[in-house]
Amino acid sequence: MAPRALDTLPPRPADAAAPADDQLRDLYRMLSNVRQLDTAAVAWQRQGLIPGYAPMLGQEAAQVGAGAAVDITRDFVFPTYREMGVAYTLGVNMVEYMSTHKAIWHGGLYDSVATHFAPFQAVVGGSVLHAVGWAHGQTLNGQTINSSVAAGLGVGLAFLGDGASSQGDVHEAMNFAAILQAPVVFFVQNNGWAISVPTERQVAGGSVAARAAGYGMPAVRVDGNDVLAVRDATHRAVAHARAGLGPVVVEAMTYRRGPHSTSDDPGRYRTLDDEKIDGGEDPLSRFRAVLLAQGTAHAAFFAEADAQAQQHADDIRDGVVALSSRPGSEMFDFVFQETTPTLGAQARQWREESEHV
Amino acid sequence: MSESTTTATLEISRETAPTPLAQLSMQQAINRALGEILESDDRALIFGEDVGVLGGVFRVTDGLQQRFGANRVFDTPLAESGILGTAIGLAMAGFHPIPEVQFDGFAYPAVNQIITQLARMNYRSRGRLPMQVTLRVPSFGGIRAPEHHGESLESLFAHVPGLKVVAPANPQQAYHLLKHAVSMPDPVIFMEPKARYWNKAGVNLTENVAGDDDRASLEGSVIARSGKHATLIAWGAMVSRCLQVAELAAEDGIELEVLDLRWLKPIDEAGLAASVARTRRAIVVHEGPHTAGLGAEVAALVSQSCFDTLRAPVERVTGFDVPYPSGDLEDEYIPNIDRILFGVQRVLEYRRG
Repeated sequence: MAPRALDTLPPRPADAAAPADDQLRDLYRMLSNVRQLDTAAVAWQRQGLIPGYAPMLGQEAAQVGAGAAVDITRDFVFPTYREMGVAYTLGVNMVEYMSTHKAIWHGGLYDSVATHFAPFQAVVGGSVLHAVGWAHGQTLNGQTINSSVAAGLGVGLAFLGDGASSQGDVHEAMNFAAILQAPVVFFVQNNGWAISVPTERQVAGGSVAARAAGYGMPAVRVDGNDVLAVRDATHRAVAHARAGLGPVVVEAMTYRRGPHSTSDDPGRYRTLDDEKIDGGEDPLSRFRAVLLAQGTAHAAFFAEADAQAQQHADDIRDGVVALSSRPGSEMFDFVFQETTPTLGAQARQWREESEHV
Repeated sequence: MSESTTTATLEISRETAPTPLAQLSMQQAINRALGEILESDDRALIFGEDVGVLGGVFRVTDGLQQRFGANRVFDTPLAESGILGTAIGLAMAGFHPIPEVQFDGFAYPAVNQIITQLARMNYRSRGRLPMQVTLRVPSFGGIRAPEHHGESLESLFAHVPGLKVVAPANPQQAYHLLKHAVSMPDPVIFMEPKARYWNKAGVNLTENVAGDDDRASLEGSVIARSGKHATLIAWGAMVSRCLQVAELAAEDGIELEVLDLRWLKPIDEAGLAASVARTRRAIVVHEGPHTAGLGAEVAALVSQSCFDTLRAPVERVTGFDVPYPSGDLEDEYIPNIDRILFGVQRVLEYRRG
């Protein structure tokens, strides 16, 4: 599926140089890591290790490409529930990330402050406004600490999908961001499906990126299955926001090749033939072919990278198996920073009646 | 006059006479507290609809943008979910937002962000992303306003895990409780009784409600008037109405205690129990609808703690299970002096068996 071209982002001299060969190979390694882990997680659910998972098969290039353009030392990522590939690329501990799918803790066990990766978000479009608020905070910091303007602002990256673009909060977020000229990148993965409803029944006008014009924001619509194109578009968008020039929409046109979740049955709303035709070429095969054609990597490299990715997935599985339940007292511990007498009494009663102490 | 002379004079006057009270309306007291908060906490931000240049439709933020600049006090687009969602992101970036929704009924479009995000971010992040956000909500009825400009949302907010809810009853409390709320590392819904915005009263700016600097005295309930025959339990604008009722009842020799609950979450269970243990009768008064209103929670708590000593079931004098009516019918809906007195009478005349 060839996306209609849309690119209103002004070119900048600081645009990324072409990645070096070792960076290209690292991108492939990450794509392979993500593919292996995603495939493994579906298997874990079938094996009964985890109760559910939201696969991102087919979106590897979009997520790894976006993640590769983020400077996680100063930017902050606001994910949905399907950003495993972004988390992996940004170095989030994947056992701690996967803990949410094992029903250990809703937000995941990773430290959002240390990783600059907001808690796992179940509400569709729920965190998009948070990215705007966080980003406006960087502007406010920059205005009091002049050096950070010169060095560039931290950028908030709001991840959302074509389905989330229907939520009112996404409109409010884009309008607020444009009014505040907040350093935000709205990274839309248009994967063709919001569970069972296709984009054409979801996104009036057919493009989320096209809406940016209405907010006076630049936008880039990019082939979301081309990891280099995604990386480049995101890098340009981040640079624009970092320079204090305001928000940008990036719409990565990709395809959800798997089910919405391990509980979903795509056979009820699309055929296997549809999937083959609409899904297009696999993003990993595509990138492999590019690297082979350029002579950047050879068959032995891919065999080794894929084997290593498999090993990583196995190691993560061991970690997930070893994850034990959190103590029930944590139900009470994290409701407030400063608990209340009422909640304290409930915690004591729970302890007496359920832990028998 | 030199600075040292001024200080010396102040010290002398504090030793020799009670600290003079500033006569302020609640609107002025909140404005003053907000100014002091912005002055002392450089992470504090005020934003919402028309709070900047205009100073808010109730003028609660009057003059603050001029004093502190448009980075600290700013107007937002007209979108309450956007205001709350932005506040959450700013809190994640280490700021202490004090957003305003213009009227209570305008909080409804923000309820998704309040419940699914604001109240849960600390929990979801395992304490790593505290939400030091104080949401100011001009609340309750009594001003003949259009639809959705007078609503009582306390039971809705109090039901949500992760939120704290407070409603001041007078300028003194509004001034001190707001400063206290903003200093708390958890989200607080600050419900301002808009019917009381313009009533002036003495505010002791240096000492808090209990007359000392103890933070604990800003938590829990307070006894607004002592009595021995029954306890009227109220919050917000209903406190002054209950004080009027107590005044009238006193003429008939009935001494009513008025307990100002203040914090609607957490509820001061010990304070409630202590008062009703003395009076053995309780009437809870609120503007919100009856069914599943906060009065039900109060009644349950009182019944549980005072079951052995209660002389009558806890009475509830509340709004009705109807949409908040338009101004002409408002007085029929909000508990008035007669309805509260009937409630008192029912409790006093109750006989077992």
